[in-house]
Amino acid sequence: MTKLMEWLFGLTLLSTVWLTLSFDLLGLNLPETYQQAIWPFPIYLLLIFGCYSLATIGFRVATFNNCEDAARELQDQIQEAKKDLARRGLKF
Amino acid sequence: MERRRRPGPGEAGDSVEKYSVLLPTYNERENLPIIVWLLIKYLGDSGYNYEIIIIDDGSPDGTLEVAKQLQSIYGTNKILLRPREKKLGLGTAYIHGMQHATGNFIIIMDADLSHHPKFIPEFIRKQKEGNFDVVSGTRYKGNGGVYGWDLKRKIISRGANFLTQILLRPGASDLTGSFRLYKKKVLQKLVEKCVSKGYVFQMEMIVRARQLNYTIGEVPISFVDRVYGESKLGGSEIISFAKGLLTLFATT
Repeated sequence: MTKLMEWLFGLTLLSTVWLTLSFDLLGLNLPETYQQAIWPFPIYLLLIFGCYSLATIGFRVATFNNCEDAARELQDQIQEAKKDLARRGLKF
Repeated sequence: MERRRRPGPGEAGDSVEKYSVLLPTYNERENLPIIVWLLIKYLGDSGYNYEIIIIDDGSPDGTLEVAKQLQSIYGTNKILLRPREKKLGLGTAYIHGMQHATGNFIIIMDADLSHHPKFIPEFIRKQKEGNFDVVSGTRYKGNGGVYGWDLKRKIISRGANFLTQILLRPGASDLTGSFRLYKKKVLQKLVEKCVSKGYVFQMEMIVRARQLNYTIGEVPISFVDRVYGESKLGGSEIISFAKGLLTLFATT
């Protein structure tokens, strides 16, 4: 099963449950308060997902390591390498 | 049981293993001597059995000429030159290089100094630890990171990575990086299966690896953006990334 199919399967399942409950297709006669909580459910889900995404990406950007030491080490090694290679007869 | 040669002085334990480093180059005249020097420093000092295969795609700046000088300095058993006439793409460069590789492990990396050879001994240790089929360097975990990226680039990178993780769940944290160690047989299989080009190619390799149930180990790396030359991340790269991501989403 491709990832696309997995997503479609999941979304179909969720929307079936949501449609059944919010239009009361099974005749369960759920109390009014429950129904009011159920119908905006997809919007809640989207909002939660959006917030989660923004928070995760924001946190990861903020904690993305800046490898200053690695850059400095590399610069030093480049100089060292050039010297050593010139000594061995490399013409740049 | 197979008989093994006892490791000589200065050799790292298991002398049956051989590591072939593939270096595809295009206009890397400045960087190639440095990267080769660093490879020899870190692989030679640790006593590993290795070879460096330089695949130059007809660089007009004379990369091949510098490579020949390096070969005469370090020897034809350590440095192999497998040039091609013109630029033919990364996937075919790996196939071409692999045909001449005598190692049972292949290491692929960029020759522009953004990937530091000091991490290779860590890759090798990681591979042995779990007998992994693939060991991938990652900028997104542990002590991994980048140097020389502004805020915009970091946001795009993290955002693209997040989206990819959500859509593909690939089981590896860095999909677009190209600093990796593969078992030779595994790389052969993967290259056969992969169809995309450029950037997306690296991503497809990991996704297919997961699909074929290969095991993937990860080592945090620091990615120092091109010391010489310009680095690029424009609109067209983003579009080709998005296309590649959606293709993999629909087909794997």
